[in-house]
Amino acid sequence: MLTLILILIPLAAALITLLGKGSGAKLVALGGSIAALVVTLFIWQKFDPTGGTQFAFRYPWLESLGISFSGGIDGISLLLVFLTTFLTPFIILSGFGQQYKNESTFYALILFMESALIGVFVATDAFLFYLFFEAALIPVYFLSAVWGGPNRRPVTFKFFVYTMFGSFFMLVALIYLYFQTPGYHSSDINAFYNLGLSTGAQSLVFLAFFLAFGIKMPIFPLHTWQPDTYVESPTPATMLLSGIMLKMGVYGMVRFLLPITPLGLEKWGHLAIILAVIGIVYGSVIAIQQRDMKRLIAYSSLAHVCLMGAGIFSANTQGLQGAMIQSLSHGINVVGLFFIIEIIQSRTQSRFLSELGGITQKAPQLSTLFMIILLGSVALPLTNGFVGEFLLLAGVFQYNNWLGAVAGLTIILAAVYMLRLYQKAIFGQQSELTTHFSDLNATERMVLVPLALMVIWIGVYPNMFLKITEPAVTHILQVVSAP
Amino acid sequence: MYPIILLSVFGIATLFIGLSKSRNLLLPSALLFIILAFLSSVVDWGGGQALYFFEMLRVNNNIIAFGFIVLLSAFMVVAMTGGFLDDEEAQPAEYFALMLFSLVGALVMIGFENMIMFFLGLEILSIAMYVLAGSEKRNLRSNEASLKYFLMGAFASGILLFGIGLLYAATGSFDLQGYKAYSLLNPGQNPMFHAGLILLLVGMLFKISAAPFHFWTPDVYDGSPTIFTTFMATVVKTAGVAAIYRVLAESFAPIHSQWWIILATITILTLLIGNISAVYQSSFKRMLAYSAISHAGYLLIALTALTEKSVTAIIFYSLAYSLATISAFGVLILVSRVHPLTEDGQPNESFEIFNGLAAKNPALAFVLTVSMLSLAGIPLTAGFWGKFLVLSTAAERGLYGLLVFAMLMAVIGLFYYLKVVIAVYTKEGETGRIRVAPFFKIVLIAAAVATILFGLVPGLVESVL
Repeated sequence: MLTLILILIPLAAALITLLGKGSGAKLVALGGSIAALVVTLFIWQKFDPTGGTQFAFRYPWLESLGISFSGGIDGISLLLVFLTTFLTPFIILSGFGQQYKNESTFYALILFMESALIGVFVATDAFLFYLFFEAALIPVYFLSAVWGGPNRRPVTFKFFVYTMFGSFFMLVALIYLYFQTPGYHSSDINAFYNLGLSTGAQSLVFLAFFLAFGIKMPIFPLHTWQPDTYVESPTPATMLLSGIMLKMGVYGMVRFLLPITPLGLEKWGHLAIILAVIGIVYGSVIAIQQRDMKRLIAYSSLAHVCLMGAGIFSANTQGLQGAMIQSLSHGINVVGLFFIIEIIQSRTQSRFLSELGGITQKAPQLSTLFMIILLGSVALPLTNGFVGEFLLLAGVFQYNNWLGAVAGLTIILAAVYMLRLYQKAIFGQQSELTTHFSDLNATERMVLVPLALMVIWIGVYPNMFLKITEPAVTHILQVVSAP
Repeated sequence: MYPIILLSVFGIATLFIGLSKSRNLLLPSALLFIILAFLSSVVDWGGGQALYFFEMLRVNNNIIAFGFIVLLSAFMVVAMTGGFLDDEEAQPAEYFALMLFSLVGALVMIGFENMIMFFLGLEILSIAMYVLAGSEKRNLRSNEASLKYFLMGAFASGILLFGIGLLYAATGSFDLQGYKAYSLLNPGQNPMFHAGLILLLVGMLFKISAAPFHFWTPDVYDGSPTIFTTFMATVVKTAGVAAIYRVLAESFAPIHSQWWIILATITILTLLIGNISAVYQSSFKRMLAYSAISHAGYLLIALTALTEKSVTAIIFYSLAYSLATISAFGVLILVSRVHPLTEDGQPNESFEIFNGLAAKNPALAFVLTVSMLSLAGIPLTAGFWGKFLVLSTAAERGLYGLLVFAMLMAVIGLFYYLKVVIAVYTKEGETGRIRVAPFFKIVLIAAAVATILFGLVPGLVESVL
């Protein structure tokens, strides 16, 4: 029941925001998102990691087909729900500094998105999952297409069609699996596990899922929609896309792809992991050459996500646990980084490294917080990135030493592009644009300080998050290894 | 059965109302007539199988449900006709009467038990539509539409009759049950029977504009007055699909293995031609004509698969499609009315007229967006569940090739449906504020709300059936 309430809170807040015209809209939106966070923390506190799926709800939905409106929370779900509800207030808050036209619609769409994202992470019915998976796309498409940059139309169009293309194949796979369930067909996700499908059938299902989730994450070479969309979208939409939405792909890989198609994984997993490792190096190398900060972070995000993909496909505890905690860390880091870029851009009207520099003298607070979040992204020990990357690399090494070694380049390359970013934007000579740079205001501090604290918190005490997901991850791996 | 009698009487009554001076009564009375027809059909609900008129007509829940979709579509279309009454040239009484008569035809086509009855229904429906297509007397394109529709329709009727004749020769019956009895005996290689079946299907497929019998559709849809295009795209299509379903399910289901490959080929052609051609249209109305072809393709999937769930899938899909199509055409009528005519004196119906619609008319923009997303089959709309149910019948039959192909075509569909959404929300245009008549507004909002409601709670439709 609590889970259903969690889905409904942002939805209700979105409707109120939509109806209430005027400047109160963003406060209502913020209030709604904080309420969702409070409920999440309450669930967290009551949650028993070893208790399997909890807080379940189930209502008949399309009865003649055995499809139900059902959801529940296990460890994996909880972590990602926490990611969603934790980041959304900051994403909403980050919009306060900007003037958007039709503000009430803008914030309502963010809340609709939050509702759909929570739905994705808690759904225990495969078709309900699919519904939320697609429903999450619609608000973010409108956010980007209406409030985005000058080149938004072709870019968001490509984004929409690209992701829809992938998920239509997932729908085919889900319908197929549904008709393979024995007896009175069921679309419960658990019913899809251990169906005993042949290798050939599993390979096809694997490819369909890989397309859907691989595009969403995105994994090389399905990433071509991603950099442009990140750059053209308004910053809150970019944050939603990179911070939370791509975790739908991670979640789908863990919840659907691995346990449903273990034989498909055996056959194609090697290729998938190689693609992911290529993506790590490719994303990093391109990030090094970027002049536009937003694009740089977009490519760095690609590299990080590909590492998560590699960890998942290695299908061992370290890899999966790493992917889980890295989902959280990456979300926090990337939201922080995009916000800092937004701050710099709104003050200097530029995102280009060559036009910036010397911000450190003008804005010491910004520089310090930027450094902390950036180090989290570089994966320095005692920051959140380290925990995730360490586990992920350990997972990939266990799978194959050589692939692990290549994937390990990410640590060096990330340091190169991130520190280059910092050096060019923050240090150095002041440029014309940065001479009148002012330091953070109260709202901006309200976003960046908690995020920076989280970076350190997760880095110092990751166990709090790891122990939540461990039993659920073990369960998934048991399903994978069962014949 | 009652709605057929009632609507025939009401049609004549409408003509008399038109003779008197009380033009203003026409619209409310037409709406009332359709509501009465609907209520009279509810009387038979849940009555199991019943046969009327010397076993010429059948009534059961599925038939009533199809009839309901047809009546609902007609109701919404009639409610959007406010514009006639101001037009000096128009003859609203005749239009309303013809629409009511064609409804009679549609209901006969849905409920027939005997091919003679089917042919009667088809002709009642078609002749009324030929006239309505040409109802803008001074518009050359409307004339062209009427003539094309008539010539092609007459030709198709001929083929259909030929098919019925051959089937009679083979089976000795005009009756659905007679066909079934023959099918059960397993006709083996009786060329007369198979030729009859194919010709019968061709005649029927013509009406729902399946490829390669679709060539009339773009010109006729484009040339006819938009309000009658809406009628054609919803009422005629639903009735046609229902008729094909009845023939296949009740007579030829035992020999599914002998005809499904033909229907599958037609389905693939229809999906391909409808979707690919729609991408290249610059006129919104013409795009909707091709989209109507492609939706015939999706409906044909459920007919090709023909499982137990097919009928639910077809009913749901027709309902979702009708709601979305009516609101799309409705918004087109409103928006194209406030734009100047094109150079050749035709109403402007291109995509550009929707530019910037959201800024001035957010409600219309919302209705149009919901309708486009529903036609595209995006989740949270009724259109998604329509596609889902239709595709799951294909999966149940194991027709995965067809399923994947239909999905690919749905991706292509995004290209042209999204084009409208992009124009509405992200482009700048000079649409003034559009005044919408109250009936019209209710229809549009009801269609959008119903589309979202069925998208969220698809069980609503199922629980009724």
